[in-house]
Amino acid sequence: MTAAIATSGLVKTFGATRALDGLDLTVNPGEVHGFLGPNGAGKSTTIRILLGILRADAGSVTVLGGDPWADAVALHRRMAYVPGDVELWPNLTGGEAIDLLGSLRGGLNRRRRDELIERFDLDPSKKGRTYSKGNRQKVAIVAALASDAELLLLDEPTAGLDPLMEVVFQDVIREVKAAGRTVLLSSHILAQVEKLADRISIIRLGRIVQSGTLAEMRHLTRTTVEADTATPVTGLDRLPGVHDAEVDGTRVRFAVDGAHLDGAIRHLVGFGIRALTSHPPTLEELMLRHYGDDLATETGGTPARR
Amino acid sequence: MRLTATATPAIGRTAGSAAANALAGTGRLLRFALRRDRVRIPIWLAALALGSVWTAAAFGDIYPTAAARQTTAATMNTPAGLAFTGPARYLTDYHYGSIVSHQLLGFVVVFVGIMTVLLVTRHTRTEEETGRAELIRAAAVGRHAQLAAALILAVAVNVALGILLALGMGALGLEGMTWEGSLLYGAAYAAVGITFAGVAAVAVQITAHSRGASGMGIAVVGAAYLIRAAGDSADSALSWASPIGWVQQTFPYLDNRWWPLLLNLATAAALAAIGFALSLRRDLGAGLRAARRGRPAASRLLTTPIGFALRLHRGMLIGFAVGMLLLGASYGPFLGDIEEMFRDIQVLQDALANLGGTTVTDAFIAMVMTVFTIVATIHVVLTTLRPRAEETSGRAEPVLATALSRTRWLASHLAVALIGGPAMLLLSGLALAATGAPTTSDPDLFAKTMAASAAYIPAIWVTAALTVALAGWLPRATALAWLYVGYIAVTGYLGMILRLPTWLTSLSPFSHIPRLPVEDFTWPPLLTLTAIAAALITLGLYGFRRRDLEIK
Repeated sequence: MTAAIATSGLVKTFGATRALDGLDLTVNPGEVHGFLGPNGAGKSTTIRILLGILRADAGSVTVLGGDPWADAVALHRRMAYVPGDVELWPNLTGGEAIDLLGSLRGGLNRRRRDELIERFDLDPSKKGRTYSKGNRQKVAIVAALASDAELLLLDEPTAGLDPLMEVVFQDVIREVKAAGRTVLLSSHILAQVEKLADRISIIRLGRIVQSGTLAEMRHLTRTTVEADTATPVTGLDRLPGVHDAEVDGTRVRFAVDGAHLDGAIRHLVGFGIRALTSHPPTLEELMLRHYGDDLATETGGTPARR
Repeated sequence: MRLTATATPAIGRTAGSAAANALAGTGRLLRFALRRDRVRIPIWLAALALGSVWTAAAFGDIYPTAAARQTTAATMNTPAGLAFTGPARYLTDYHYGSIVSHQLLGFVVVFVGIMTVLLVTRHTRTEEETGRAELIRAAAVGRHAQLAAALILAVAVNVALGILLALGMGALGLEGMTWEGSLLYGAAYAAVGITFAGVAAVAVQITAHSRGASGMGIAVVGAAYLIRAAGDSADSALSWASPIGWVQQTFPYLDNRWWPLLLNLATAAALAAIGFALSLRRDLGAGLRAARRGRPAASRLLTTPIGFALRLHRGMLIGFAVGMLLLGASYGPFLGDIEEMFRDIQVLQDALANLGGTTVTDAFIAMVMTVFTIVATIHVVLTTLRPRAEETSGRAEPVLATALSRTRWLASHLAVALIGGPAMLLLSGLALAATGAPTTSDPDLFAKTMAASAAYIPAIWVTAALTVALAGWLPRATALAWLYVGYIAVTGYLGMILRLPTWLTSLSPFSHIPRLPVEDFTWPPLLTLTAIAAALITLGLYGFRRRDLEIK
């Protein structure tokens, strides 16, 4: 099985800024791949290289078996793209923009176009300059999803959508996935990726810091445990693999590494458990493990290009 | 503590404090506007004031003797002559003061009007359209403050212009140019500008789009010019229906009649009041007129690359086509009188002699062709730079992510320039011939004019080609294309009057074009220019294919 997207050692610099610094990304055919990272990590730069809009300075990149720079036009017939920041032509209506982008790609599915306009509750007869950010986003989403493209590159596609529309978007992506198409979904909205993605790659400062299924990543990380006990818990600090323990009277909260969960729960039992909740790490927590140091030391650092 | 003070219920307030609240922050916004326009305003003022004073100074050379001035006055006394200048009354005593008021005033105030409309729109509707007004209005700023600040700014700029002109004109000290006349002359500019500030105050309430609002305001400026032209050419009272007509009726330097300016000021005040009242009847960001809806689906044509490019250029193609027709038609009616008009004007005779003209009319055709081509060049550069604007705005990105190749995308815009530019030129030639034909007995006029305009087509192509080469290789330096247009325009324009050295002009494509109908037609320079254009276009397309797309 050849990968839908494969990059290795991808480097891209803009003047003094090193936007991509040896990026290795693999996306398998038929999967929804979450591409997670904070603003400025290099998500949009990567996607633009995958589209042949930017040329990488070093490294190799293959998209659908071709070179995105040299074979741009042939590959674009099989790809669809939603930019993170959708700009429309002020005097073209949304419907015209959808048709324009669709036919330039090589035709769009008329019935599906009308169905998507309906589902996203978009008014296609309004001029581009009168659309709100969310509606401009819908125009780009409809134009991309009404095609029969094998590979969808979606750059923070729901940034301006309301929660209701986000649910519609998730339904549509599930249909796309069921039809066997491949999706690269970039986002910093973690809940969305969590719901849709088969595999996830986390990008930070132009490199992939972690890649895998959600289950594989959780395996590497900690579970958060909250409990209410009959007597105050003591001695947690001495247990191996327990972190950030907080005891407030009979309430206790801590994080524990997967391998030491068993021992920690055994310890709690000795204090009489009245209530117990535990949850797997959310992506916020996964991200904070990778970016936690950023929050403390690098806030307001060099503004990297998206 | 201040919070509680401003939160006092409205019932307790006096009418005076309510008005003050509506204008809260006006002073700050005015200072902010001056800060934003600290370059723009001085450039406008310098261009308008220096352009007027220099032209007035040049009248001293163009009409050196009283006899020359009297002859000019006599030739001006035709409907066409009056339409392009001003009321016939100026001709009764045609000293330099009268010449300046007659030939310059009615024309230059059009640009004063345009400046003012753009200024007011920029600080009101553009702010609303971009959403910046929302940020401002969320602060302790009254609902009328933005319009009030824009109008005060417009009045201040126009008063400053009036003072500069009064000083500049008065200092020339030409015969008939008194200080009182100069003061009135400057006041006339200011009065027209202030009137159009009022027009803009209303226009920005009507539509939600700044381009629509400034277009509407400029259309009123144009209508005011046309009404006075029609009125003056027939010596009718129709001129009194135009704010430009009013200031011409003050007859600076001749009668120094001040009171018509009161009509301008009263109109401005009334329009401003209407503008403030209308602004209360609409929401922030919305217009009085609801936005029009369009087609929910694209036509077949739009979805082709060339159809898409044509759609983006449609407005400008139509606008320029109308402009070029008017430009051609504005010279045509003079063709018949040209020999007589220029007979006693030595400078122009010399200029025509420079061209080696057979007849003055032929030389005139060759001269105006340069002017037409300069304007067509502006169209071509605007059109060729459009893809660059699409690129930096981010609109090109989704288009180039489709199966449309970069080359075809850029070439479709270029095609509009390469065909549209020459079409503009031919249109102006056509209008010149059509409006000139009734005034002359020259049976070859049409063929001559069309051949003269067609000869300039390769020059237009070279300009487009240079622009696309810049867009391909030096995308951040595409403004250089405008520098080149400036160079072409200045050398072309001065070349009509002076004999410029070859090294200075040879980089301009104009200098290689055979100047029909004065010179003979030859193919070699035209073919060479076309080959240069083809090479630059190939280079530009290649460069664009190999560089990164630049997105904000």
